[in-house]
Amino acid sequence: MTHPVPASHDASLAHAQSFWRTWVFSTDHKTIAKQYMFTGLALALVGGFLAYVIRMQLASPGRPVPGYGAVGPGQYNAVVTLHGTIMIFWVAMPILLAGLGNFLIPLMIGARDMAFPRLNMLSYWIFFISTVILLVSFFVPGGAAAGGWTTYPPLSDRAINSGVDLGVTLWILAVALEFAAFLMGGINFIVTAINNRAPGMRLFDMPLMVWMEVAASIIFLFSVGPLIAGAVLLLLDRTANTGFYDPARGGDPLLFQHLFWFFGHPEVYVILLPGFGAVAEILPVFARKPVFGYRMIVYSTIVTGVLSFIVWAHHQFVAGIDPRLATPFSITTILISVPIGITLFAFIATLWRGSITLQTPMLFALGMIAVFLLGGVTGIHNGVPATDIYIHDTYFVVAHFHYALIPSVFFAFFAAFYYWFPKMFGRRTNEWLGQLHFWGTFVFMNVTFFSMFLLGLMGHHRRISNPHFFEALRTPEADRLQWIATIGALGLLAAQIALIANLILSLTRGVRAERNPWRANTLEWTVESPPPHGNFATLPLVRRGPYEYSAPGRSEDYLPQDAPA
Amino acid sequence: MHRRASARTASILLGIAAASLCFGCSWVMADNPMSTVHPATPEGRVIQAIYAEITWIVLGIFVVVEGLLLYAILRFRRKPDDTGVPEQVHGNTVLEIGWTIVPVLIVMAISVPTLRGTCALQQPPAANALTVHVNGKQWWWEFEYPDYGIVTANELHLPAGRMANLELRSDNVIHSFWVPRLMGKRDLVPSRGQRLWFTPEEPGWYVGQCAELCGASHAYMGFRVKVDTPQEFAAWIESQKAPAKTGMSDPGFLAFMQAGCIACHSINFDGSPARQRVGPNLTHVGSRTTIAAARFENTPENLARWLRNPPLEKPGSLMPALNLKDEQVAMLVSYLQNLK
Repeated sequence: MTHPVPASHDASLAHAQSFWRTWVFSTDHKTIAKQYMFTGLALALVGGFLAYVIRMQLASPGRPVPGYGAVGPGQYNAVVTLHGTIMIFWVAMPILLAGLGNFLIPLMIGARDMAFPRLNMLSYWIFFISTVILLVSFFVPGGAAAGGWTTYPPLSDRAINSGVDLGVTLWILAVALEFAAFLMGGINFIVTAINNRAPGMRLFDMPLMVWMEVAASIIFLFSVGPLIAGAVLLLLDRTANTGFYDPARGGDPLLFQHLFWFFGHPEVYVILLPGFGAVAEILPVFARKPVFGYRMIVYSTIVTGVLSFIVWAHHQFVAGIDPRLATPFSITTILISVPIGITLFAFIATLWRGSITLQTPMLFALGMIAVFLLGGVTGIHNGVPATDIYIHDTYFVVAHFHYALIPSVFFAFFAAFYYWFPKMFGRRTNEWLGQLHFWGTFVFMNVTFFSMFLLGLMGHHRRISNPHFFEALRTPEADRLQWIATIGALGLLAAQIALIANLILSLTRGVRAERNPWRANTLEWTVESPPPHGNFATLPLVRRGPYEYSAPGRSEDYLPQDAPA
Repeated sequence: MHRRASARTASILLGIAAASLCFGCSWVMADNPMSTVHPATPEGRVIQAIYAEITWIVLGIFVVVEGLLLYAILRFRRKPDDTGVPEQVHGNTVLEIGWTIVPVLIVMAISVPTLRGTCALQQPPAANALTVHVNGKQWWWEFEYPDYGIVTANELHLPAGRMANLELRSDNVIHSFWVPRLMGKRDLVPSRGQRLWFTPEEPGWYVGQCAELCGASHAYMGFRVKVDTPQEFAAWIESQKAPAKTGMSDPGFLAFMQAGCIACHSINFDGSPARQRVGPNLTHVGSRTTIAAARFENTPENLARWLRNPPLEKPGSLMPALNLKDEQVAMLVSYLQNLK
């Protein structure tokens, strides 16, 4: 099951490497993880700035946005499109999947690196090129893509439809390249977790984080093919004048919607599962109790993964799919809440009768569950065709998916970031700034997005540059809600200053971290902080599962996976 | 004692959350022109009933689970004087099976209104329904009444008490027809004909809009629906069937031809050369309350503003700025305003 690492490999790791090999073209999974993570966080600043432009424009339409200028309707569409694209593909995926997955999988399973380190490096640099292409698309003639992050044809098919030409082509190229990068990463994750586990580690001894990253990679692997095909067909329609999506030439625009959402809905779980994984690691450590129902969580994850492939058409209820088809998709959509619910119940049961301390990672992990609940239950409204045809494409949906995604992308990621920061950088973070960051994020996130549920029910539809055009949305009540959401968004962005300050402060003068500051069981805590290239001097021998907290009859309340009994 | 304090704090926090939820919902339920919880058709009430049912179920789940989470956090925090360690529990098969079965039962409960709603909304439109072809354009709406030979734009008249069967079509991008108080939305997909039907009941004005991103001026693709009493509707049909009060020798019509309007617009009268359907049919444009897809109220000032530079008012507009002289604009405004 596991392969001994040849001695020559060990020797090569010990060599001093040049600056470029160490920091830029590194094959070390930890460096690649940090590259992905910081690229993702930098792009989060771009996505956050776009969110700021959107909120300012909606709160006072027509008034120039400080730092951006006047936002015309065409530009507004581009801003909305790029906000969504960046936050999903260039923030959520790199930080949760590529960042955390790369850093944690080898360390948690007791491996010296990924199975294919060079493929890993290639993956990052292809991702980097895709990032450059995406950012360049802001500045080409005609502006960036403006057809929404879903890029439905015919709007995205012909330049005359959206007024954007080169921007859309670059958008498609960037997305296709990015997916190629994540495919390489995903294959690496799966092979590594299957082949490179330390001696003694059975599949059911793997930490849940590894399970979730692998499950997310498998879901991604199986779902992304149709989307890449769809994107290539769209590219051909645009550049080679084919007619795959053009009804006048026998094509069908609905084909793209199916290909997009066949990937697009599983993608939600690609983002959600790593977040759940991080929470599953943090809860037991800060409650000093084993995860409740480890195997049940694993099985639920597998069921979620399978179900996620047969829900996609709930995005097409308004596109008029046959009701005989809508009904099964509706049922599967609601049914997927069962395995997700099981996981959440298991999390709450993990806390039950625990010994809970509320440090920053724990606060963010608990915040993730608390916020995600509202995002989860409002999904039911969207899964039922009768109500979906009302709330589809309104701010109710916008509120729903922000409540569903932000918990994973930001709350769970921040939880993971504060939790593994000592391991990544060898220093502790500032607890006071961390708490400030949590409370700012938690409060303002709710202020921003709860208002959007109400605006949606008032009839505020998505992607409109000027709500004042509509009678119902220029009432004082609607305006008040717009301003509440905008002030919330400003607060949410301001709260991130605490993160940046914490990052700078901790990296420069944070207290040096010992190996295992949280007294946790998993293997990454048995090596130095930060771990050296190659991670483990000698491979650990795994003797037990990852969550043996408060084992009876011991002086310590934790029992590392490799500790002799 | 301690348990009780935790329960109290948890319920206070939850109470605040639930109260703000209810407050929010009742606020939205207020008399709002685009609120779904204020429907004006039987079909809309089906949606509202399902919406309410699901919202209550969902609110119940939310309050219970969030309450358990809050209680656990408050109740099981480590106190400074805690010395022992928690009991080591890895799971509980009965409990785990229980919280699998209960959600499955809830899903089955939610499936009932789901199926009921899907069936109720799929009853085919009545045989005597009024058929209207709705053609989505960038960025305006063409309404065609095949039974009466009428083509109009951006203002849909429907008789109260008779089912309307809208046939939705687009020859450009995907649009979505939505009048919140009348019915849910449905996309106008270029490759296929779609239908939407409902029975308006209360005469009056309703606000509608395009709900699918359709290009630069998506935000400016509104329309209005006027539900008429049967008598009003009959009178409206007669007035719209009548030819325009103009002719070949009308100086206004000459201005219309000279300015180039004739290349895209129709004005119906015997022998009229204005037969294009690229832009809205203007035969009775003076009788409409708005212009440019509800972008403006139909007043002489707004019409003049629109004629001078359409792309400025509606970015991406297919109607170009025609560089009209002031007297041309004045002539066209008074001519079009009089086409009642």
